[in-house]
Amino acid sequence: MRVLLVDDEKELVSTLAERLGYRGVSADWVTRASEALSKAEKNAYDIAVLDIKMPETDGFKLKRQLKKNNPQMKFIFLTGHGSENYYHIGSAETGKDFYLVKPVEISRLIEKFNEAIKKQGTP
Amino acid sequence: MKQRIIQNIQGMTHTDPKDHREELNFRLIWLLSFLLTASFAIVPVIFFAVIDYNVTKHSVVADAVAQTSRLTSNNWRSVAFFFNERQNALKYIVHDNRFSALNDIERLTAILASLRSSFGGFTDLGVVDANGIQRTYVGPYQLSGNDYSGQSWFVNVVEKGHFISEVFYGFRGVPHMVIAIKQALPNGGYYILRSAIEHQLSPILSEDKTTENSDAFIINRSGTLQTPSSTFGDVLHKIPLDVPAFSKETEVIESLKYQGTDLIVGYRYIPDTPYILMVVNEKRNAMETWHQSQMALIRYLSISITIILLGILGITTYLVRRLRQVDKRRVKYLHMAEYSNKLASIGRLAAGVAHEINNPLAIINEKAGLVKDMFTFKQDYKEDPRLMETMDSILNSVVRCSRITRQLLSFARHMHVSLQVINLKKLVHEVLGFLSKEAEFRSINVVIDIGDDIPDFTSDRGKLQQIFLNIINNAFSAMTTGGTVTVHANKLPNDTVRIDISDTGCGLAPENLKHMFEPFFSTKTAAGGTGLGLSITYSLVHELDGRIDVKSELGKGTTFTIHLPLEPGKKEEVHACTPSG
Repeated sequence: MRVLLVDDEKELVSTLAERLGYRGVSADWVTRASEALSKAEKNAYDIAVLDIKMPETDGFKLKRQLKKNNPQMKFIFLTGHGSENYYHIGSAETGKDFYLVKPVEISRLIEKFNEAIKKQGTP
Repeated sequence: MKQRIIQNIQGMTHTDPKDHREELNFRLIWLLSFLLTASFAIVPVIFFAVIDYNVTKHSVVADAVAQTSRLTSNNWRSVAFFFNERQNALKYIVHDNRFSALNDIERLTAILASLRSSFGGFTDLGVVDANGIQRTYVGPYQLSGNDYSGQSWFVNVVEKGHFISEVFYGFRGVPHMVIAIKQALPNGGYYILRSAIEHQLSPILSEDKTTENSDAFIINRSGTLQTPSSTFGDVLHKIPLDVPAFSKETEVIESLKYQGTDLIVGYRYIPDTPYILMVVNEKRNAMETWHQSQMALIRYLSISITIILLGILGITTYLVRRLRQVDKRRVKYLHMAEYSNKLASIGRLAAGVAHEINNPLAIINEKAGLVKDMFTFKQDYKEDPRLMETMDSILNSVVRCSRITRQLLSFARHMHVSLQVINLKKLVHEVLGFLSKEAEFRSINVVIDIGDDIPDFTSDRGKLQQIFLNIINNAFSAMTTGGTVTVHANKLPNDTVRIDISDTGCGLAPENLKHMFEPFFSTKTAAGGTGLGLSITYSLVHELDGRIDVKSELGKGTTFTIHLPLEPGKKEEVHACTPSG
């Protein structure tokens, strides 16, 4: 399982990537949307973890851009704003994505990865 | 009706004993409106009634005066004509007959007969010589040869040439008056033709009476009655009134007191006679019809005023009650608006704080997690319990912080309602499913009593779950061990469902009860309460168009009552929101 972490908080994504590494999950991290797109061109990721509010863009736009070239990619949104219930509803805009609120326990994050992979056929 | 009005007024004053200012205000408003409206309505009515009273009174008095004046003039004309006519008749006789002819008894009898038939009213006729001896006499009495030289009428006629006497008894002993004419003789002497008139004036006076109650009579200039008066007695009695001042014209005295009654007195002096014609009317009689109409007016006035007052009383009471209701509603809405504003601003603050804290919190979480990972995965420090304990403590604190920020965010969010069909019984069981372990552990008995008559209804499942979870959590934390939580629900006739959630816990003091739904108010701060749970519940219930109330008694327990509509409010739309990072 290869994971791409995108968040403007460098300290967060770098640490998260390292911790995922301890747990056998190969994770790359970037802090800008443009970097994320170029990384995704070079590597095939199963899952992208996106922050929703970023300096250049937002997580939903980035998701649409990534989705164009990587239709199999799954997405998990990680946000500091809102509660999880809030995002479970879903909408035409977001589809049936997964939402987590910061801070998140690493075990719960890995659980979500597994759930996302299992859900074949979801957009 | 009286009782109803009293109840209404009491309703205004005793419903809210806490708010004395409101009580005073409305009682005063009611009193002022009643008094002002009543005075505006009644003062003109009374004003016009008083004016009408006076105007009518004056016109009635003026009428009575005019009537008396008319009557006096009419009577005066008749009486003056009577004397004039008789005096002229005698003058004609002395001019037309020689002294010798008049001394012929047959001739004199014939003249008396023709006088009686032509004019009427002559009782007798006599010729008196210059010495005052009645030389010839025809009439019903034996008066021939009488000496009149000592009588005042004789002295007067000798002096003036003609004379009309006052009424007197004289030789005949019957009240009569004398008309006498002095006639010169060719030898330079003179004689007097005299005639007596009895009982002739009263019939003339009564002919001209126009009303039953008026009294017309004649007095002489010393106030002695010359004709009988129904008011003052028989002929030759003195009347108890002052003799009125001389006047050629008819005069009316408007108000003259006599034996406690008010008299209207008309009079006129009759020229060349000692007589004054008088007409007396009792004012009371003249005013009688006026009194009757005034009594009717007063009755009508009283009835009108009573109806007006009752009307105003009813309208004022109704309006002030409405005003009070509207005012109460206004105060309530103001209070609600204030409360919502307070919640909203605290919500915005909370959201901002939570968002800002969540990011650094996430970094602490990951860094601490990494340190722990390093220890765990590298095996070097795995066996050091103190290190592990310290890391766990950091991570636990992060969990606690994040719980608070999550609650803050949940409080702040203003998402729209997402509607689903709800079976209340199932939903409550689901919620209790989360809490069953804790209930078992703490020996709390949970009773669910939800009627089967409650239909499935459309509402927001997530919000309802949250509401029940918060309240039941609150109930659990109010009890130490043991105790009972009861969830009771029933359908009300107005298409709402009423849910009572009661516990047998510690209850709340009244001063705390007021602040129960305010954000950050908690009686359990020591036990980790954030003071947001019930505040969120309050917002959620309102978002679902419902209402939540609480009753509590210290040491006995607390009951939350929620009213929810079975039909969701039309203003709400099913929306999913677009979240922002």
